[in-house]
Amino acid sequence: MTALILLSALGVIALLAEIFSFKKLLYPVVILGLITTFVLNLVDWNTDKLWYGMMRYDNFAVAFSSVLIGITTLWFIMAENFFKEESSLTDHFALILFALVGGIVMVSYTNMTMLFLGIEILSIPMYVLAASKKEDVSSNEAGFKYLILGAFSTGFLLFGIALIYGSTASFDLPVIADFITSHNGAVPGMFYIGILLILVAMVFKVSAVPFHFWAPDVYQGAPTSVTAFMATIVKTAAFAAFLRLFASTFAGAGSVWIDVLWVIAALTLLVGNITAVVQTSTKRMLAYSSIAHAGYMLLALIALNSFTQSSVLFYSLAYSIGSIASFGVLGIVATSRGNDTTDAFNGLAKTNPLLAVAMTVALLSLAGIPPTAGFFAKYYIFTAAFASGYGWLVLIAILASLIGVYYYFRIIIAMFFKESTEAAIEVTANHKLLFILTIVLTIALGLFPDFIIRLL
Amino acid sequence: MQISINWYLLLSAVLFTIGVLGVLFRRNAIIIFMSIELMLNAVNLLLVAFSSYLSDSKGQVFVFFIMAVAAAEVAVGLAILMSVYRNSKSTDINSLNKLKG
Repeated sequence: MTALILLSALGVIALLAEIFSFKKLLYPVVILGLITTFVLNLVDWNTDKLWYGMMRYDNFAVAFSSVLIGITTLWFIMAENFFKEESSLTDHFALILFALVGGIVMVSYTNMTMLFLGIEILSIPMYVLAASKKEDVSSNEAGFKYLILGAFSTGFLLFGIALIYGSTASFDLPVIADFITSHNGAVPGMFYIGILLILVAMVFKVSAVPFHFWAPDVYQGAPTSVTAFMATIVKTAAFAAFLRLFASTFAGAGSVWIDVLWVIAALTLLVGNITAVVQTSTKRMLAYSSIAHAGYMLLALIALNSFTQSSVLFYSLAYSIGSIASFGVLGIVATSRGNDTTDAFNGLAKTNPLLAVAMTVALLSLAGIPPTAGFFAKYYIFTAAFASGYGWLVLIAILASLIGVYYYFRIIIAMFFKESTEAAIEVTANHKLLFILTIVLTIALGLFPDFIIRLL
Repeated sequence: MQISINWYLLLSAVLFTIGVLGVLFRRNAIIIFMSIELMLNAVNLLLVAFSSYLSDSKGQVFVFFIMAVAAAEVAVGLAILMSVYRNSKSTDINSLNKLKG
């Protein structure tokens, strides 16, 4: 809860910087603020405090909000170029920080009101940021599509909440869970439709097939730094919110939604990975790969056992670190070489070994090759799904990740085995630090995964 | 005569469906915004009806949250639409087709 207050204050400070003109200092202030928040957030571990029946800061909330804050810190280092434009600098800082506040509300709500507000606090700044290149038509288009489809899915969420309110007379998650228990899982029709409408909205937010069609366009059109934020923080927060609602409150009515989610997960894994193969733009390829990763995380939700929370926590951490590194390298390469096709990466290992190694480690992690973090992330998810008897789904997921290996290795091969006449790319000190950090973190999480897994 | 809750449920379901169809089939961005507003207001109607039916005030408080957020969303939406219009001189969403793969 300290985190929520500190981050809101930090956002307001960022806005004040415009008036009191200390813009130059803002970048270090925000980074220091985020690190402080990260540390103070850990103090709430094991306190399990209930805030007026609206938010519950349990260990689940602390763990996921720490991931969100940590990844945002890495993201700030990655996105330093995003904070070079003088004109809208403070807005960018404030919008990102307020979006993070929304993410923290989404991981700690225990009332439908806070779920709705959290999603909106996260989404509205993201609409603005996606459209933040005002002169660029594709950025406008991305922002507009994101807004229309985001608002559309919020409509479904609200209709679902209204129907559940109508049958239970409450927005409180514990009361709703009790309602399901008292009906022994045989819920009335209105409640049933409510759950399915909320499911549709959440599937929209995590961009799983068949509600994924907005994601590739939005990811491609938005500025690369904003895309990285959407692929990591927004996705992690959306999954945590999904888990909090379906893995605990609606778990009793599992028969209503698990079969639907089974089909969605299988489709997401196949469509995401197969479509990623045929993309020429690397940014769009990463967008489809991010859709596919949502499919893996859905597996843990379907499993609905004691591994669910810890495996999603580990997966989202491993996936976010991998995405930050790959979008970081992609941003640098695409800016200096003028395009983002696979050919832009040719010969990168000779000219910029650090970028090439960072990208390789990130892609190996996303593909799930040992000894990187991604391997154990997939391993835990598959174990969880297998333990609950979803053998076929695990088989589909393994086949899908084999397809994944193909398109990730295409970039690795281009970097190491293809020649290019391009000159070396200048990399700033901050970016060097970031890439060394992501390499170390990915390998360390791959070697000692127990540390995170035992948390939840 | 008391109007039963089912009629309210039916009315808001119909309004919501009209909103969904509007978003899916209309091509003008302003009309799409209006359709989204219709979806949200259908939810508001349902919440207020349930709130009165269950004699519980929480539903009405939720409606205020929805109204405030919807206003914020439309403000952002119209601002983005302005910059779309400035670049493409159109509010037809068929002109938004730069992103393909």
